[in-house]
Amino acid sequence: MTEWIQLGSLTAIPVRGARCVNTPSGKIAVFRTAEDQVYAIENRCPHKGGPLAEGIVHGTSVTCPLHNWVFDLQTGEAQGADEGSVRTYPVKVDGGVIYIAPDVLMAMAAE
Amino acid sequence: MEKLVVVGAGMASGRALEHIFEEAPGRFDVTLFGAEPRGNYNRLMLSPVLAGEKDYEQIITHDADWYRDHGVHTRFGETVTGIDRARKVVVSKNGETPYDKLIIATGSAPFIIPLPGKDLPGVMAFRDLDDVNRMVDVSKRAGSKAVVIGGGLLGLEAAAALNARGMEVVVLHLMGHVMERQLDPAAGYLLQRDLEARGIKVHCKAQTKAILGEERVEAVALEDGTVYGADIVVMAVGIRPETRIAVDAGLHVERGIVVNDQMVTSDPDVLALGECVEHEKIVYGLVAPLYDQAKILAKTLAKVDAAFRPVQTATQLKVTGVSVYSAGDFADAEDREEIVLRDANSGIYKRLVLKEDRVIGAVLYGETADGPWFFDMIRKGTDTRDMRDTLIFGQAYQGGAALDPMAAVAALPDDAEICGCNGVCKSAITGTIASKGLTDLDGVRAHTKASASCGSCTHLVEKLMAITLGDSYNPAAVKPMCPCTEHDHGTVRRLIVAKELKSIPAIMQELEWKTSCGCAKCRPALNYYLVAEWPGEYEDDNQSRFINERVHANIQKDGTYSVVPRMWGGMTNPKELRAIADVADKFAIPAVKVTGGQRIDLLGVRKEDLPGVWADLNAAGMVSGAAYAKGLRTVKTCVGSDWCRFGTQDSTGLGVRIEKFMWGAWTPAKLKMAVSGCPRNCAEATCKDIGVICVDSGYDIHFAGAAGLDIKGTEVIGHANTEDEALEIIVALTQLYREQGHYLERIYKWAKRVGNDSIKAAIIDDLDKRKYYYDRFVYSQQFAQVDPWEERVNGKDAHEFAAMAEFGLPVAAE
Repeated sequence: MTEWIQLGSLTAIPVRGARCVNTPSGKIAVFRTAEDQVYAIENRCPHKGGPLAEGIVHGTSVTCPLHNWVFDLQTGEAQGADEGSVRTYPVKVDGGVIYIAPDVLMAMAAE
Repeated sequence: MEKLVVVGAGMASGRALEHIFEEAPGRFDVTLFGAEPRGNYNRLMLSPVLAGEKDYEQIITHDADWYRDHGVHTRFGETVTGIDRARKVVVSKNGETPYDKLIIATGSAPFIIPLPGKDLPGVMAFRDLDDVNRMVDVSKRAGSKAVVIGGGLLGLEAAAALNARGMEVVVLHLMGHVMERQLDPAAGYLLQRDLEARGIKVHCKAQTKAILGEERVEAVALEDGTVYGADIVVMAVGIRPETRIAVDAGLHVERGIVVNDQMVTSDPDVLALGECVEHEKIVYGLVAPLYDQAKILAKTLAKVDAAFRPVQTATQLKVTGVSVYSAGDFADAEDREEIVLRDANSGIYKRLVLKEDRVIGAVLYGETADGPWFFDMIRKGTDTRDMRDTLIFGQAYQGGAALDPMAAVAALPDDAEICGCNGVCKSAITGTIASKGLTDLDGVRAHTKASASCGSCTHLVEKLMAITLGDSYNPAAVKPMCPCTEHDHGTVRRLIVAKELKSIPAIMQELEWKTSCGCAKCRPALNYYLVAEWPGEYEDDNQSRFINERVHANIQKDGTYSVVPRMWGGMTNPKELRAIADVADKFAIPAVKVTGGQRIDLLGVRKEDLPGVWADLNAAGMVSGAAYAKGLRTVKTCVGSDWCRFGTQDSTGLGVRIEKFMWGAWTPAKLKMAVSGCPRNCAEATCKDIGVICVDSGYDIHFAGAAGLDIKGTEVIGHANTEDEALEIIVALTQLYREQGHYLERIYKWAKRVGNDSIKAAIIDDLDKRKYYYDRFVYSQQFAQVDPWEERVNGKDAHEFAAMAEFGLPVAAE
């Protein structure tokens, strides 16, 4: 199997924050929660395309900076009354380093 | 008899030997090597020894008699330096020792950060009795100081013990809160508070730069410039498995020595256990799983089928007088629920994490008696549906009749004291509710003072209201800030001041927040309240700010940003305009627009270009216009007496003066001002938050206008004879608003809520009060007037402006 791909160190992302990974077919937002859990989702709100990486992170959710839609980082589903979802991508942390599943980048490159 | 050689005389091997002698008595002739010049002792109890609460004899687990009775040849103080697996011998300074079966139990070694000065005498780990003895020696010197690097379990135990020995102790911790692997931020906050109450200084987010000293350690320097004096430095930042002899012997070693479920390494005659091994990619550092391993290893040697399975672990901090317990997995997730109990007065915090009605994690602080009960449920996967309502109260509350809190309050006698702060009894509250026709909590607070101070009796007052008013009482009339709390903005602000709460975790704990880290509604509000209340003390929490205030630009619909430099009072000059034109060309900024606030907006700037754009604007002398801030925005002016034939005063000069005096200030909502040079009001000052209309006799000060969602003309708050007086009134008014306004509440809404009279009374009628608020504003400005653009041009928050990683097509396609 292909190796997981290294994105950077966990500490490169502020606690309760996010950073982007640029790929040929769009941005992936990588989040770090207050409890150091790491999640990756599509950096595009299905409502009006807001950059979710810029939102406020609380619990395992993020609030979109444009119109306050809230997404669960684990499932990518919009919370509350809003309906919609974003793609989620498998990531893992090992020894303080964040990795993304190799097929994600390959799939994105193929798109 | 088979020859069994054991390398390492720690807790795991001691326990393993006990089991081996039980499972297979008389089968093995045992030789036990230990690097320390003593036998097995309970390493977990080193903290009480260091604190002087126990002595070494009390923590010995196996003494000379035990070894003799079991025929163990002890070789303490003799380090095994090699293993020859082909010839089945271990090598030490006294020669070779043959084995049939070998157990490696070398444990772990403390991790020493490779800092300059790490080898100075006085720098030590906290791992064995020798370390403890060295620390105790130093602590006997009067006034001696210790710096502990690492705020984890071990570091804090060391710190508390050294503190108990009378040393001055500072704990340096890299992360945002102590024991972050075992505790969530709320419990971490409580622990830090308790440690500091004992006189232990805890410095979080501490990046250690170097250990200083000539002959021996003298001080520790941090990256932020702080220097702490130190007679000893204790490194307690972590441990790593001690695997050297296993690696040299060619055994399979990853992070630890790899073992299977039977505790056998890649060599069938070599077994291993303890902190040096890795099982299913997990390295264990707590004692419970190591004892399980000891049991399995003994069975394997006795040729009994058994398998080690990964286990849940629980942690308890051994610091006298501090109770912390954590077990299982307590992270948030979609499919999990949490039950949180906070009792601010008693310093209790309990959090249970449930998944499918089963407890999977628990963090307890202040009261940990139920820890083992919860831990038992975690391990057993107990279904908690039937006890869900009372689960958090612990074992004592299960099984009996359901408690009815309402009945308990109704049963209180009339003279029972409800509000301890203000001495209000039950009948005074119920009587006043009836006589004054009160229907909401604020009314009860206003008329009886009950629950108006610390707020801890609020739930009792609310129950009394429910009893007195029946169905007509609607507790929802109190408008909570957000679903994370029962409190409204006003209550939260009052309590921040009354209880001197100085951080977001402190507020959430003391005011019993229902979520562990708030939401996008309450966090920015709390951050503002703390910034406004504790200037110079509170460190702004960037991650609790909306993106615009985090990156000091306005996000646009396409994810680009707009940049608006300050133009003081709407004045500019050719140099600034050239710099703006140049920056627009250089960064291919697609739109340049004149704003309604008399300045220029550069629209469509890419996020990664922001620092470059700012650098060029800074170079031309411009700073951030804060066009994104809940703070001072613009002061519009007309040209006034400088140019206008009708102008009565220098309105431009006053506008510039106000803006230069007040820029950088954060306010509950945006604050827009204007100064018009005559009543023709070309600067449109009468629909601003604060406006000035210059007249022949001086300055009319207006406020509480609106020209947005609502349209409302201003009201006159007072008249100033001089520019100085006008500035003082405006500044004091702004400060009063800063201290009373609810987050996102514009001035006109604040004025409507608190009443114009109360504002006039403080700012116009009472000159002492005006001065008081003016001075408080001036004090806070010394921390606020820093250009955020310049800070970021110089590298602050660089992570905001660059991607974490870039993948082009070739890499991704590989």
